[in-house]
Amino acid sequence: MNLTDIIGPVMVGPSSSHTAGAVKIGQVGRKLLGERVAHAEIFFHGSFLATGKGHGTDRALVAGLLGMRVDDVAIPDSFRIAGEEGMTFSISGIDLGDAHPNSVKMRLTGESGKSLEAVAASVGGGQIEIHELDRLKVNFSGEYPTLIVHNIDKPGYVTEVTAILAKKSINIATMQLYRASRGGNAVMVIECDQEVSQEFIEWLEQREGIIKVTYLSMEERESGLASDMRYPQAAE
Amino acid sequence: MYQSLDKLCKLEAEHGTPFWKIVQEDDCRERGITPEESFAGMQSMYEAMRYADEHYDETLLSASGLVGTEGKKMTDARAAGKLLCGDFIGKVMEKALKTSESNACMKRIVAAPTAGSCGVVPAVFLSLQEERQIPTEKMVEALYVAAGIGGVIGSRAFLAGAAGGCQAEIGSASAMAAGGVAYLMGGGAPEIANAAALALKNLLGLACDPVAGLVEVPCVKRNVMGAVNALTSADMTMAGIFSKIPPDQVIDAMKSIGRSMHEDIRETGKGGLAGTPAGIAVRERMAGLD
Repeated sequence: MNLTDIIGPVMVGPSSSHTAGAVKIGQVGRKLLGERVAHAEIFFHGSFLATGKGHGTDRALVAGLLGMRVDDVAIPDSFRIAGEEGMTFSISGIDLGDAHPNSVKMRLTGESGKSLEAVAASVGGGQIEIHELDRLKVNFSGEYPTLIVHNIDKPGYVTEVTAILAKKSINIATMQLYRASRGGNAVMVIECDQEVSQEFIEWLEQREGIIKVTYLSMEERESGLASDMRYPQAAE
Repeated sequence: MYQSLDKLCKLEAEHGTPFWKIVQEDDCRERGITPEESFAGMQSMYEAMRYADEHYDETLLSASGLVGTEGKKMTDARAAGKLLCGDFIGKVMEKALKTSESNACMKRIVAAPTAGSCGVVPAVFLSLQEERQIPTEKMVEALYVAAGIGGVIGSRAFLAGAAGGCQAEIGSASAMAAGGVAYLMGGGAPEIANAAALALKNLLGLACDPVAGLVEVPCVKRNVMGAVNALTSADMTMAGIFSKIPPDQVIDAMKSIGRSMHEDIRETGKGGLAGTPAGIAVRERMAGLD
């Protein structure tokens, strides 16, 4: 928590968890996909399902998938804008069991055919957590540049990836390892203090035994659509 | 982030640095920014509050249709000179309604400290600035004061209705605004802390019981109450009336009450007003919209 969490953020209402948090989940989903979303299947769980309509959670999530920020005044119009941008989507309810009450599952398909499945939760005050990625359990906040590597569960991959990060002077903030089963698919989630280069990601993707590399960048590669960031200049 | 108003009072007394400046210095340390960058950021928050107030749309209704258009009703009643509370308090009430309704209608607001309590601080600050012709720079300093108070409450207790009920949201917003007003009226740290304490004391125990779980009823009108309570608390303080319970202990009391609140009245939309027959009817109507 810092001062901008007390006075701020500037956001479109009505709820930091059900509106701003949902925008952020959509944004992170789009960034993880790494390209414009062509189609999204959205499944709301728990409180998101029960009170989402009244909080505009549905419009907020779609706005995030379109690349809008939490203070974009076009958030309420996101369904119409999705139509103009050629993004299709479906929204329905789901029971994700004992998942966080403000959870959503997203199945995203990008314009080049890339796909991503994620479960994320809005955990309060606009903060979010990603709890599942491509059917493997994970836990990261989306607040750091995050490298997610899916590989075959064999020795050496962690060393290989972390050694190169060290060589590139990228500091690891947190690191988590998960696997579906012994010798099956494994995933490492590495939150970094610096951005990882596109070149390194492409190199990694070519390595044998690496199934998929997903990267969440903090850099604003694309600005929000129909963004209205007009603030009146200080009068005095 | 400081965890004690008493500590902030001592720092002001020992070093002669004003309360708002101590809060700003802490912000610069935590975020690794210059005082100028910090000030510009805080000023942009104040401008965004003003922008939200000036761009109120009197025709909008919320998703449920429960709130909206009420700010305009207050404008009209004030213009007609019908208000017992007078023009100044009338303006405060009007602005609190407008910003809170804008939030409920998916317009852009500044969470202060939360979206549900976003009307309190701007209603008090913008009205007072107009009333007393206070320079914006001074208003931004007062916003630091408010943020400092909110920071202490957040570190020591909580700011979310789900954690501690409405006392944690509107109660904190009211305490923040009260401290800011005490500063604008010439108070130092002891007056700032006292005004915050008086405001929070008045709202201890307030349940978070939103109808259908939406940030609408009773949230919007509680912003009015929080704003007016901030002004009366600051006035009492500047008249020399002091809380018999020290400010930090008032915050601790808020925490202890929040901890013992049943979850039905902590933003779950189950108990209190949400659980009345009328409240349940709204929830069922909203469920039918899918």
